[in-house]
Amino acid sequence: MRPPHDSAGLPAETRPTSERVAEAAQPLVDRVRRFTPAERWVHRTTAALMGVCVVTAACLYLPELAELVGRRELVVRVHEWSGLLLPLPFLLGLASRAFRADIGVLNRFGHHDRQWLSAALRRDKSPESRPAGKFNAGQKVYAAWIAGATLVMLGTGLMMWFTHLTPLTWRTGATFVHDWLALTIGVVLAGHIGMAIADPESRRGLRTGSVSREWAKREHRLWRP
Amino acid sequence: MDHVNAEQPGGPAEEHPESGGKPVGRRLVLGMLGLGAAGVAAAPVLQNGLESFLGAAADKDPTGLTGLLPNGGGFRSYSVTSSVPRKNADTYTLKIDGLVDRPASYTLAELRALPQTRIVRDVQCVTGWRVPKTPFEGVRLSQLLDAAGVRSSAGAIRFTCFDGAYTESLTLDQARRADVLVALRMQDKPVSHSHGGPVRLYVAPMYFYKSAKWLSGITVTKDVRPGYWEERGYDVDAWVGKSNGRDDAPTT
Repeated sequence: MRPPHDSAGLPAETRPTSERVAEAAQPLVDRVRRFTPAERWVHRTTAALMGVCVVTAACLYLPELAELVGRRELVVRVHEWSGLLLPLPFLLGLASRAFRADIGVLNRFGHHDRQWLSAALRRDKSPESRPAGKFNAGQKVYAAWIAGATLVMLGTGLMMWFTHLTPLTWRTGATFVHDWLALTIGVVLAGHIGMAIADPESRRGLRTGSVSREWAKREHRLWRP
Repeated sequence: MDHVNAEQPGGPAEEHPESGGKPVGRRLVLGMLGLGAAGVAAAPVLQNGLESFLGAAADKDPTGLTGLLPNGGGFRSYSVTSSVPRKNADTYTLKIDGLVDRPASYTLAELRALPQTRIVRDVQCVTGWRVPKTPFEGVRLSQLLDAAGVRSSAGAIRFTCFDGAYTESLTLDQARRADVLVALRMQDKPVSHSHGGPVRLYVAPMYFYKSAKWLSGITVTKDVRPGYWEERGYDVDAWVGKSNGRDDAPTT
């Protein structure tokens, strides 16, 4: 984790000389640690389970795919279980101190996040107007939204799965929410993946655990690794 | 970097921009949960509006994209073909043939002139959705069969549809039930095109795939010939709650 950093709030020039010397002495290929192995596995397994959910959902929902794949019974079982297991990597991840710390960072929105969001709304893409810590405000909003959406999908999904638990009107309501939210998640998830495809260094961060210092300074200049 | 720091509020609690801030993430998660619960509660109202809007849009949509949108707990239109021709009172005919003494052909007006039966039951789809208390009205199938004179060698009925692909089947005993209709009205309106109009089958006690849309032919056969979905794995005897591995409440 980030060591205690007394000088973090001060302009670079006023930091102790020893620190600047230490920075300059680092090797040319300068990597910054971004994610621990535990965090990467949480992301990987969550992504895999979400992928299975989406693919099986498509096979259940789109008539063309449903006919192509058939085996509706099996597809339903896989969909139900992958959905049920979806929160598990997160829960296991809570055993990792680094993961818990990142959840804390994702939860807290500071002044710079508001600035980032208003720049995003203005479609202002310049890095100067989009200050970000370890995670930018867009990533924070996405993390919270997808977490909430997953829980809603889990709740409504369980109501559709165990039909005897709730009255009919709840069940039809759950079907309604499950369907429309699934469509929304599909769109948001496509955005998430699209942005990852557009940024190889951020993908490298999740694949190898580290990113280039240059990228970190440019994209997340308030981050103190 | 200094201009960034100059922009920070810089209160004692926010020495580093990442150390403070409001727990907006948690609020977003809770907000989503609240929205989800509200959506479940408000679904009956929301989906009524959506159903009529999407139903109207789907009738005019040549791309079929509206077919991909969810339609909640209301009716969902499943069609096995990409487009279905339209039939009206001038162009619609229902043929009855096969193992009968008097093969017949009915126009829509002739069907309307026969005694009508109205049944109000829940509609249960095998994919899970259920629509409570939906009125169907039309001619009892048994009446049409009696008029045609079913031969003693007959044992089943095969239904064909003017979408050109869908087929269904019933045993003769099932077909003679009082709650099996050749339906002309649904929800107290003429059956719309998207619901299989002008004439569809209505088999009240069975999963809704038995209630073939766009009904155009009734052929009396010796044995049951599995219908479209039944060749694709659904049960032929599709009693609600007692088939297809489901335990829904019966719709009898």
